[in-house]
Amino acid sequence: MRSLYTWLCILSTVCAATAGDVLIAKAMRRIGDLGHYRRKHGSLQVIARVLSSGLLFGGIFFMAIAFFSNLVGLSWADLSLMGPASAALTFVTNAIAAKFFLHENVDRRRWFATIFVCCGVVLLTRS
Amino acid sequence: MTLRKYLVLLSIVVFGSTGDSFLARGMRDVGTIDVHHLPDLLHALANPWVIFGIFSLLAFMSCYMTALSFADLTFVLPATSIGYVVMTFLGHFWLHEHVSPMRWAGVVLITAGVGVIAGGPSRTEHPPTHAASPESLQERQ
Repeated sequence: MRSLYTWLCILSTVCAATAGDVLIAKAMRRIGDLGHYRRKHGSLQVIARVLSSGLLFGGIFFMAIAFFSNLVGLSWADLSLMGPASAALTFVTNAIAAKFFLHENVDRRRWFATIFVCCGVVLLTRS
Repeated sequence: MTLRKYLVLLSIVVFGSTGDSFLARGMRDVGTIDVHHLPDLLHALANPWVIFGIFSLLAFMSCYMTALSFADLTFVLPATSIGYVVMTFLGHFWLHEHVSPMRWAGVVLITAGVGVIAGGPSRTEHPPTHAASPESLQERQ
């Protein structure tokens, strides 16, 4: 039963982190390159533009859920399971979500990079 | 990719790693917090390390958002994972921690992943949808 709760926590952490990343990425894509925007309109306008994005706050909300879900998971499971499982799975789910929700060109190169980093994180944090 | 954009990616790595380290150092001073006394967490906000950590993570968040404004999510995440490698090198050479062969293998894999992603385009260019619409074609004619 404890194992089931742990994996439910990992699942909710991964889903919430992915939703947060995708929403923040979508918000920033709508706003456009902040460097160009700042040169055109000034820093205050950039801050106002960013803070007026509902998607961004949605992303931060999901990031907060991921954070607390991770904390709850850590109270049941070891860091050596929670850390690698949630970090590595988030890399993969982000690549899938970016392809379908952000319409990014996730080509073979990006899949290789994602898998390399994912396996690397597992080796680094488990050993 | 311009130098400014590489600096933004580097800032994500630096502020993310230092923020986590400062928070960990601060929470070591604060000690264990009982789940039944969660308001004790507010005392942690008076710790200078925790304050530095929060400011570092705010800087991390603003750099992360800036990076996502000019690059794809599937580019930014693997590219900034080089932070894991930096932390391992710092642990080995600065803090003299033992790094097992398995962890060095992880470092090699992450570095390979970053190398693979860095060689490709940072952004997917979507053609404007109105450009191919019949109305726009008529306007051009």
